[in-house]
Amino acid sequence: MVHQFDLALGSTRELNHALQMFNGSPEAASWLIKNANGLHNLAVGIDAPLLVDIDGHVGYYCAGMNKYARVTVRGNAGPGVAENMMSGIVRVTGSASQSAGATAHGGLLIIEGNASSRCGISMKGVDIVVHGGVGHMSAFMAQSGRLVVCGDAGDALGDSLYEARIYVRGNVAGLGADCVEKTMKDKHKIELDNLLVEAGVNGADAAEFRRFGSARELYNFNVDNADAY
Amino acid sequence: MPTKRRRKREMLEAAELQSRLRESATFPRAVIAEIQRAARTGIYDIRGFGAKRSVPNFDDLLFLGASMSRYPLEGYRERCDTRVTLGTRYAKKPIELKIPITIAGMSFGALSAPAKEALGRGASIAGTSTTTGDGGMTREEREHSKLLVYQVLPSRYGLNPDDLRRADAIEVVVGQGAKPGGGGMLMGQKISARVAAMRDLPAGIDQRSACRHPDWTGPDDLKIKIQELREITAWEKPIYIKIGAARTYYDTALAVKAGADVIVLDGMQGGSAATQDVFMEHVGIPTLPALRQAVEALQELDMHRKVQLVVSGGIRSGADVAKALAMGADAVSIGVAALIALGDNSPDLEDEYRRLGSSAGYYDDWHEGRDPSGISTQDVALAARFDPVLGGRRLANYLRVLTLETQTLARANGKSHVHNLEPEDLVALTIEAAAMAKVPLAGTDWIPGHSKF
Repeated sequence: MVHQFDLALGSTRELNHALQMFNGSPEAASWLIKNANGLHNLAVGIDAPLLVDIDGHVGYYCAGMNKYARVTVRGNAGPGVAENMMSGIVRVTGSASQSAGATAHGGLLIIEGNASSRCGISMKGVDIVVHGGVGHMSAFMAQSGRLVVCGDAGDALGDSLYEARIYVRGNVAGLGADCVEKTMKDKHKIELDNLLVEAGVNGADAAEFRRFGSARELYNFNVDNADAY
Repeated sequence: MPTKRRRKREMLEAAELQSRLRESATFPRAVIAEIQRAARTGIYDIRGFGAKRSVPNFDDLLFLGASMSRYPLEGYRERCDTRVTLGTRYAKKPIELKIPITIAGMSFGALSAPAKEALGRGASIAGTSTTTGDGGMTREEREHSKLLVYQVLPSRYGLNPDDLRRADAIEVVVGQGAKPGGGGMLMGQKISARVAAMRDLPAGIDQRSACRHPDWTGPDDLKIKIQELREITAWEKPIYIKIGAARTYYDTALAVKAGADVIVLDGMQGGSAATQDVFMEHVGIPTLPALRQAVEALQELDMHRKVQLVVSGGIRSGADVAKALAMGADAVSIGVAALIALGDNSPDLEDEYRRLGSSAGYYDDWHEGRDPSGISTQDVALAARFDPVLGGRRLANYLRVLTLETQTLARANGKSHVHNLEPEDLVALTIEAAAMAKVPLAGTDWIPGHSKF
């Protein structure tokens, strides 16, 4: 059975309350959300393996802090989609605005279009796969997890990066402070292949990607690096 | 020469030297030492504690008390209520405090786990709340804090929806008084394995957290962010916005617009575990004028007492608490004073402070993690020295003294609730404080900038 919720008839609060009623339950209930119409804060704070299908564009923070649920947005997403996600899968069939997957700790975020600036900012373990390109300052201060960009990356990619790994297939406009290109070893190709399959990216070969990571030169303050600060 | 005679002679020589030599006002010894330190190391001075410079503060105000035209209340016999409710604007479950004094946000990382536990114990005994910090919520502080405020900071270290739901209130940190516009710092010495794991960072690195939030940039976005936090927690919990004292009038108005239940305003005297000395001493405005500006903004929006105001930054005594409340705060918050109550800078540790090149009353190298009191450290052996039960008891005692002092002053002004204190009960001792607090200079009707002398 598929539960339905029409946002033309009910409020964001009523929707989230209905979804959060499943929190703590193992039930994988299916939900179809209609008339999203760019509303903010849809399907936030879920803590259950729900299947949530949102028809239409969403505003800010869709699926924020998600745990376990598989949320699909059939449209574009506003800023901070899947922000601070802990687990589960969030898929956006269109493009995402800035700060997609910000500070997320786990799970998988798939953006089938492009992502704007600061994609994966301060990410803490999430995997993000963008079928298109990402804007400037993506993976800024990214701590852990993996960001896969099948298109191009904007300026200052991976600025002040910690231990997150970045894979880019297209052009990189520029690298941020302490972000460097690293060699693609077999283990990286394997993990990238798996991510591409999981994210439903067709026609991309791990061999076409380059890997970026932290040079780890800014980890401890050194006065000789003052120009970089 | 016998030792006694030699010491006496040395003292006389030192006194003679001081009477003959003249220290520069522009280059006093502390300034010379800082130039020498900078030349030696090539890095700015990072330290804890807070601004050390002298600024106009609550000591520059006095209460008028009661006499012919005002009735005082009887001490002990006539009740002077101290209860405060925070979060009445939107939250389904506002916070009920027994006293108008809360414990400010201090991180596990900056402080040891037993020190965080002690803050929770002390606050809970006294009937008030404590606050997490940059680095997430520890089991110890949740277990021992009856009321715990969970901070949402730019770094989002350790932030998760389970702890959000476990919290009693949520505080979105925009800034702090010690460094309005600055992000957190935690030096590698304090990034232990446990701290590193909570923050998803490699152990031992110097951690400089972001100063801007990753997913909102201004009050319009923040409004949506706050709605998200409310949606995740079923609109139950009060949401605070913490600001450092800067452009306080506008920042307060914008915090109201963004949907805060409570505004936490931290003046420049507010503490920090690790900040550049130049930042602490030269950015932000003192608590005294900031408080007045915040109250004015709330009054103009007809939000005074509807959005509660918690003020911090240099609160030390019940006199400070009472004066802050009289100027319009709903409660105050303490950080540095709470650490001192726990045992920080205790003269009992003088020998150890000396070995660190400091002295009791001066120790501010909290960022180095070598605190002999076991409070601002992640060293297991040092932290084990600190007794959280005794520390909690000391903090509770201190909070009770602050409360009793506040009640004493409220009764002296004839008030049956500490919130009935008002600016009309205050006068200023200096022209500066009169202008900043907008209360008259003692013995006059003069408020500089508002009335003629």
